[in-house]
Amino acid sequence: MLNKVVVANRGAVAARVLRTLNQLDVRSVAVYSDADAHAPYLALAGETFHIGASPARESYLNEDALLEVLRVSHADGLHPGYGFLSENHRFAQRVQDAGACFVGPSPRWIEAMGHKTRARDLAAQHGLPVGPGTGVLLKDPQAMLSAAEEIGYPVLVKPAAGGGGIGMMSVHKPEELAAAVERAASLAERGFANAEVYLERLVERPRHVEIQVLGDKEGTVRHLFERDCSVQRRHQKIIEEAPGPGIARDLVEPLAMHVAAVLGTMGYDNIGTVEMLMGPDGRFSFLEMNTRLQVEHGVTEEITGIDLVAAQLRSAAGQSLSEILPKRVTRSGHAIQARVYAEDPKRFFPSPGTLKVFRPPQREGIRVETGYREGQDVTPHYDPLLAKVIARGTTRQAAIGRLIEALEAFEIQGVKNNVPALVWILQSDEFRSGRVHTGLAPEVLARM
Amino acid sequence: MAKYEARSEVTGSVWMVVCAVGQQLDPGDTVMVIESMKMEIPVIAEDGGVVMEILVTKGTSVTEGQLVALLEGK
Repeated sequence: MLNKVVVANRGAVAARVLRTLNQLDVRSVAVYSDADAHAPYLALAGETFHIGASPARESYLNEDALLEVLRVSHADGLHPGYGFLSENHRFAQRVQDAGACFVGPSPRWIEAMGHKTRARDLAAQHGLPVGPGTGVLLKDPQAMLSAAEEIGYPVLVKPAAGGGGIGMMSVHKPEELAAAVERAASLAERGFANAEVYLERLVERPRHVEIQVLGDKEGTVRHLFERDCSVQRRHQKIIEEAPGPGIARDLVEPLAMHVAAVLGTMGYDNIGTVEMLMGPDGRFSFLEMNTRLQVEHGVTEEITGIDLVAAQLRSAAGQSLSEILPKRVTRSGHAIQARVYAEDPKRFFPSPGTLKVFRPPQREGIRVETGYREGQDVTPHYDPLLAKVIARGTTRQAAIGRLIEALEAFEIQGVKNNVPALVWILQSDEFRSGRVHTGLAPEVLARM
Repeated sequence: MAKYEARSEVTGSVWMVVCAVGQQLDPGDTVMVIESMKMEIPVIAEDGGVVMEILVTKGTSVTEGQLVALLEGK
């Protein structure tokens, strides 16, 4: 096992990884920017290092500062968390070149899956279902129009190097195409330093279903069931659950097995998530693969009883899946996560400020992941996630009931927050019936 | 001549000023874009008008409700 691990992240995920390192008796190193100097999770770490000013590019995206922490702390591992540098293959390679273990898949995997059209091609070559789409678009407007024509409208313009819904544009008519491509390319250039965009067929009212996988260095890959993350605002997930409601087990489990088998043949070697769209016709198509721990990993942990961070660390340290996972991974009950954001519940505008009151609910069947405590400032520098509230129940209805009660008991003052919107969605007939799709949140919130 | 005050709706920093003093903006045009918590939030000239003064530059920290530009309408 690893001896000492640098947690190269902040907030809820830094707290989450530090907790597991402590449980595993692995020494831990936390890092912080100016803005996070008083973050409560720093107390969980064996050592802490200041890595720079508040803007992310000067701290959590500052590769040199993080490598320096690795060097002076004599750590033999680095956990990237999610976001920031977690899917930067060059940084992963630099960590390895420094003689430490990057807790994630090998850099070549991060690179292969980081480019969306190459990932689509790879998935298609290996027999995963892939919807109609193009390669990287050429600048030629005529070629663009015929590519869109071939796929069929409506189409979605997407950055090839992107993720997180940034720079995605839907186009319903040929005359809108050129402007959407231009805007997507400019957002992509700024967000990902790569202006390449491509087209995909827009699936209307799809579900977002993703398969959690874990691989080891011997090329064994197993799945840990699926999550449904259809409830989104601005293309970003706000409510996630496992298992997916109302999906026939004889449909999704063979798919999960197939995904794991394909990744096994290809030699995938750590934690990952294969995101798929499920159309109203029940057909799945490959969307992208995330080569890291997901924000919503907790719901999988709750139904399987497996600590995914521990599993990821063990795999990175060279243990085989037969040592890491039980012979048979089983699931029981239902788990739902709600992401509590510092934002206006109606307009989704971010709302930084001081947490004058911040009292997460503590009750049976409820788990809260947060990087904040009362009195702390929520700054404009990072994403607006305040906490993840995860409810577990024997049934989906029980989990929904618990989650609503927990959210209503969550005391937050000083910043606007989306709790009212989350409760409104959880109480809606559309959500309760399990007939979820990616347009559900905006439709339901329009009635709020 | 109606004066119009353009204010930031969020706390954050100025990512990009997209107009210049003297420029005529149509109703709904963007005056500037504020970046906060990984989001870009535009400041909109709801009624349009001529830009009289821009009170911030790229990178300036702004708070919710802060005056960022002055416009003069028809």
